[in-house]
Amino acid sequence: MLDQLESLYEASLTKLEEVDSTAVLETWYRDTLGKKGGIYLLTRQVGQLSADERPIFGKRVNVVKNELEAAYEARLAELKATELADKIASSAIDVTLPGRPLTSGGLHVITQTLRDIYRIFGDMGFQIYRTPDVETDAYNFELLNFPPHHPAREMQDSFYTENPDVILRTHTSAGQIRAMREYYPEPVRVILPGMCYRNEQITTRSSIQFTQVEGLAVGTNITFADLKGTLTEFARRLFGADRQTRFRASYFPFTEPSAEMDVTCFLCDGKGCQVCKQTGWLEILGSGMVHPNVLRNGGYDPEVYTGFAFGMGPERIAMLRYGIDDIRQFWNNDLRFLKQF
Amino acid sequence: MLVPLSWLKDFVTIDKPVEQVDRLLTNAGLEVKTIEKIGIPGAALEWDRELVLLAHLLKVEQHPNADKLVLATVDYGDGRSKTVVTGAPNLFDYVGQGEISGLQIFSPLALEGSVLYDGHKDGRVTAKLKGRELRGIYNDAMLCSEKELGISEEHEGIILIKKDANSPDYQPGTPLQDVLGDAVLEIDIIPNIARCASMVGVAREYAALTNQPMRYPDYSVKMEGGDVNGAAVNGRITLTTENPELNPRFVGYIIEGVQQTASPYWLQYRLRLAGQRPINVVVDISNYVMLEMGQPNHTFDYDFLRRRADQYNPGGPIQINTRLPHDGETLTTLDGTSHKLEPYSILVTDPLGNLSLGGVMGGADSEIKPETQNVFLEAAAWNFINIRRTSTKLGIHTDAAFRFSRGVHPSQALLGANRAANLLNRLAGGTVANGVLDTYPNPPEPITVMLKLDYARRLSGLNLSGAEMAELLGRLEFTTEVQEDHLIVTAPDHRMDIEGPHDLVEEICRMYGYDNIPSTVLSDVLPPQRGNAKLEQEERIKDTLVQAGLQELITFRLTAKAQEAKLLPKNHVAGPDERPYVTLTNPLSAERAEMRHSLLASVVEIAAHNSRYQDRLAMFEVGPIFIADEDEILPIEQTRLSLVMSGQRTVLGWQGGQSGTYDFYDLKGVLAALFNELHLSVSYEPVEHPTYRPGRTARLLLGETQVGVMGELHPLVAEQFDIQMEDDDQPVLAADIDLDALIAHIPSHYPYDPISPYPAVHEDIAVVVDKSVPAKEVEEVIRNSGGYLLKDVELFDLYEGSQLGAGKKSLAYHLTFQAPDKTLTDKVVQKSRQKIVGQLKHRLNAQLRE
Ligand SMILES: [Zn+2]
Repeated sequence: MLDQLESLYEASLTKLEEVDSTAVLETWYRDTLGKKGGIYLLTRQVGQLSADERPIFGKRVNVVKNELEAAYEARLAELKATELADKIASSAIDVTLPGRPLTSGGLHVITQTLRDIYRIFGDMGFQIYRTPDVETDAYNFELLNFPPHHPAREMQDSFYTENPDVILRTHTSAGQIRAMREYYPEPVRVILPGMCYRNEQITTRSSIQFTQVEGLAVGTNITFADLKGTLTEFARRLFGADRQTRFRASYFPFTEPSAEMDVTCFLCDGKGCQVCKQTGWLEILGSGMVHPNVLRNGGYDPEVYTGFAFGMGPERIAMLRYGIDDIRQFWNNDLRFLKQF
Repeated sequence: MLVPLSWLKDFVTIDKPVEQVDRLLTNAGLEVKTIEKIGIPGAALEWDRELVLLAHLLKVEQHPNADKLVLATVDYGDGRSKTVVTGAPNLFDYVGQGEISGLQIFSPLALEGSVLYDGHKDGRVTAKLKGRELRGIYNDAMLCSEKELGISEEHEGIILIKKDANSPDYQPGTPLQDVLGDAVLEIDIIPNIARCASMVGVAREYAALTNQPMRYPDYSVKMEGGDVNGAAVNGRITLTTENPELNPRFVGYIIEGVQQTASPYWLQYRLRLAGQRPINVVVDISNYVMLEMGQPNHTFDYDFLRRRADQYNPGGPIQINTRLPHDGETLTTLDGTSHKLEPYSILVTDPLGNLSLGGVMGGADSEIKPETQNVFLEAAAWNFINIRRTSTKLGIHTDAAFRFSRGVHPSQALLGANRAANLLNRLAGGTVANGVLDTYPNPPEPITVMLKLDYARRLSGLNLSGAEMAELLGRLEFTTEVQEDHLIVTAPDHRMDIEGPHDLVEEICRMYGYDNIPSTVLSDVLPPQRGNAKLEQEERIKDTLVQAGLQELITFRLTAKAQEAKLLPKNHVAGPDERPYVTLTNPLSAERAEMRHSLLASVVEIAAHNSRYQDRLAMFEVGPIFIADEDEILPIEQTRLSLVMSGQRTVLGWQGGQSGTYDFYDLKGVLAALFNELHLSVSYEPVEHPTYRPGRTARLLLGETQVGVMGELHPLVAEQFDIQMEDDDQPVLAADIDLDALIAHIPSHYPYDPISPYPAVHEDIAVVVDKSVPAKEVEEVIRNSGGYLLKDVELFDLYEGSQLGAGKKSLAYHLTFQAPDKTLTDKVVQKSRQKIVGQLKHRLNAQLRE
């Protein structure tokens, strides 16, 4: 019987060599080590052995079983590895085919730009204060130190309504007095976003409707140097930490001193390009120290309080950032445009 | 305003390159928009310093072999001379005169190798000058026209510059760059720098910025004349100003014997660089003085005035009076246009009628004519508001009106008159009659401001001493008295913009240099932080809709009633929207004449536009509408949310397949997601609305309050907006919601629903009801009868097959039962289910479908 065992062992190992799939391997296992496999059938005949032979045979059976089990495991691992490799090899896909499109939505590019502005000023303690689109002449002009027939009114062509005292606001500066009157005597730190309207020919650079973000800070200890610092900080967060700013004297009836802020062109790094008209600078916003008449109209005594204000155009910022060359795109709302942002 | 750098140099020393001049002026608020260079490095055509020179014309002879050519001999410095063959017609006058005597004549000479524009070709084509024989005489140089030098398009003759007592000191051999080379700055004159609307004005700023002295023009007047009787000006003209508020000052001179010749070349050249067309020396001087020192002025034909005086006051003086017009008065200005005058237009008149529109434009009758030799020169000050209104209303935008409407100090009137008299005497050969007419009843007090040092420091953030501030202001010709804690500052006349100490702080900052002021962070007290709850909710709503796959729009808020009327089918009789609009009185176009009443119309319009390019539309806008309010000055601005969806549910990729098209329930799903996010319990009820398709319209209710309408757009409405989806039957879904009402109901807090550790039991139930029973009612009955153990009800099937019988439908629901505190037994669940079935049967006559 030992001979039989040995020859079964040899034969099984040879067969194992020939096994070429895990399915065949399972058959081999059943035939060899299974409940009714060769080894089992042989051990059933152990009764034919003498008492002396039995332990020897038994020992040898265990060794053979273990060897075959080990050989099986090894072969199984081998076959699995081959099969996996084959499966992987045969199931390659074209990874350059496009992904399945999502039906995703998006925010309007101006909403995105506004949120950038909100976030930066929010971090500096400026809160968002909104006021009406349709405004009185008083809030839009008179109380902001634009007397009637003042030449500065010509800088902003207004849309008039059937009520002569009511216009479409030409700037969100119109909200300055409203904010001051609400918050007096607290210090004020607000930004005033909103839609503005000017009666100008529609071109690639100007639209009858545009958004603006005005800013206003009023307190007992606010200087022109603070204005420069705050707005420079804003420019660096919006356009990049390396940006330089420069302030040029300018004119707005509701600020004195007044300044335009330019930022080094982020497209050419200040070397000069088409967008910055070779100057290396981009005009970003107008600003200034709140005019004493405006402070007074807002309820604040200019002998005690000072403040600064600034205003910027989100469309201009978006046009510069993304190289948009036609302002009309913003309100045309062509999905082929909007989906790009 | 165009400012030639060479002209500025009359008044202040400029030794910096033009780029630095630009930077200095721009930073100080005189924004240089463009710089045009002529002949100098950086110009489109640079004149070679060695090869393009100023030459002195010695003699002109006929070319021996050609009638149309002459030989011009010139001296070009250092004893060099050259004979040039040229066909310039303006040299023919000098042929045969021998050596030219009298005034010296100069012309630009280009030597061989120089690059200039070809005068015979259209446009600007460069050509290099080469020597060649011209009808038998070798020629290797050229006398140049303006076109060849790139100065203008003028090519009729060469430039001839006569040197006289008033000319610059021309020397032969000087590089032409140093004579005619220039850089012209275009400066934006914003309202607060009206004082800079002249060469002197700009030079004064530059002098202050570079801390240099100013050289003012020669304002002296040589008076020696009288009329034939030797009478001085005083006996010949009387001046009255009816209202000194409107015409604070009027200065006049009589100048006789002027010659209306062409102006000297240097003057013509300057005018042209400054954008003025030279006419003749009298007109040119008037313009020159205005550009130079900022005072507009006017010349009348003196003899014309005299002839009229002979009618109303024979032998007596001319009587000039300034006044407002009579009713219906008209005036023909010197451009030949007749104007009906406005009640606020100020006139210069005599007793027979008006002569000119003061400060705006002269009258046609009294203007100087080619034969005029005696002129009455006017320089006056006018009320800027009247000038502004007149100029705007009559549409006359002259350089004079530009300046007067921004304010010119009355002190300038005398200076301007003096300067014009000076030039008319020197350049036009006029004789100034003795004396000056000057009506100036109420000279304004100089503006004096107290500037507290503490205030200046607090506003600027600069820690300057009083003396330092005084020094900076002094550069701009302010006079200051330094006290311990303040300055008493008196503004020069031309600073009409100074109102208070804040204006002085700006001047201090400008002179200190905005660039040099430090940048600091805000150290003032931070105000209480309040947030903006409404805006935050709007942004949250936008984010939720974007997550649901919709694109946000921002549309025009100006629209037209007709555009919004498209929301109603054509056959619809009465609009539901009778509310008043905010209507513009000066719209740019009829399409944008009203503030919108409907956000939905705006969004549908955009959907229609995009339907030409897209097979999937899913978009929304959050924005205001404007309803005029009869009781309030301002309209009600209500925030709305409008959504439109139509077309393919998903974008199909390369794998194709079918996703179906949007229907009513897609839109409702989006709204459900939104209301779920906002923790709002909104219910839907069928409703009729003209904009929407009957039978596919619901109103949205928060409790009893309607907050919006949703549904399929009425096919006629979709057609009116010209929505072009691929398939005509594709529904266009729309919703229009009152966002203010919605936001007002958003709970600030809501309880969390604990997750039960005990298993849930799932039961399905299918019931057959009449088709007319809304699914909402079935679900309500289930929920109300299911008790607290019924956690969730989910419709998973709707069936309307024939085997159910006519007018019936089957609804199948997944029911989820779960207890927070124990495992549910089958018995409890079955009891609950029985109760649901019983209630369905009882309330809705529903049959259980096995
Ligand atoms: Zn650039």
